[in-house]
Amino acid sequence: MTIDWTHFAPLPALAGGALVGLAAAWLILQDGRILGASGLLGGLIPPRSGDWRWRAEAILGLIVAPFVAHFAFQTASPAIAAAPATLIAGGLMVGFGTRLANGCTSGHGVCGLARLSPRSLAATLTFMTAGFATVFVVRHVI
Amino acid sequence: MRRVTPFLAGLLFGLGLCLSGMTNAAKVLGFLDVAGLWDPSLAFVMVGAIAVAFVGFRAARARGRTLAGGPLELPASSAIDVRLIGGSLLFGVGWGLVGLCPGPAIADIGFLDRRAALFVVAMAAGMAFFSVLPAIRPTASATAALEDG
Repeated sequence: MTIDWTHFAPLPALAGGALVGLAAAWLILQDGRILGASGLLGGLIPPRSGDWRWRAEAILGLIVAPFVAHFAFQTASPAIAAAPATLIAGGLMVGFGTRLANGCTSGHGVCGLARLSPRSLAATLTFMTAGFATVFVVRHVI
Repeated sequence: MRRVTPFLAGLLFGLGLCLSGMTNAAKVLGFLDVAGLWDPSLAFVMVGAIAVAFVGFRAARARGRTLAGGPLELPASSAIDVRLIGGSLLFGVGWGLVGLCPGPAIADIGFLDRRAALFVVAMAAGMAFFSVLPAIRPTASATAALEDG
């Protein structure tokens, strides 16, 4: 194992993580809802009456964030290198998979672990392992 | 204040993702590449997020209600089943292929990034495909109000 010291930046990661945690804490305390990106979007497909508005507003906030971030602090560009076919295949897998598992990195990984849910721990360990394994295969096997 | 809660929660969520580096797909792949030149930074995102969210969920659970007295919509399911594991596997593979999970992918649209937009369209299509599959939909819609996220 070789550490990439050039890109290692634990403090912005920790501070950014704390903001994500604050967003989750605020949504549960104010609205009684779980902050989960896949659930936010998935709940709009199809939209249900009386339920779509808060989801759309949260997603809008998420999309506006990079504009605000641009003025607040230095942000890196998305740096997405995947080819269109990979983007489509990966997107389909992420969309279908997170609905089947009822959560993603935010819903299971942050909120679920913060709630000490064994179910979310199982989900998080599974998608982390699958992510590590996929990058290993793509970068070191194929 | 409650009226703007979802928007501000989304905004704060997105700001955190931008600051932490989660919106940067190359950095995410660097974190997932344990066998290569490994950048462990993003492990600290989880640490920071869980630590703060833990306090929030504890306070919410202790109250049993929201600050305004409304109900808490906490996930009801505790099942560790084929759906949970299979779905998470599929998600993890897609995440490892591109370097984007749902939150950062949506936020990256705000960078006016075409690749992010294509990824999110495909992600929404995957979700739509899920919602029309009759074999798996019933349990999904029954627990929709109480999803994990």
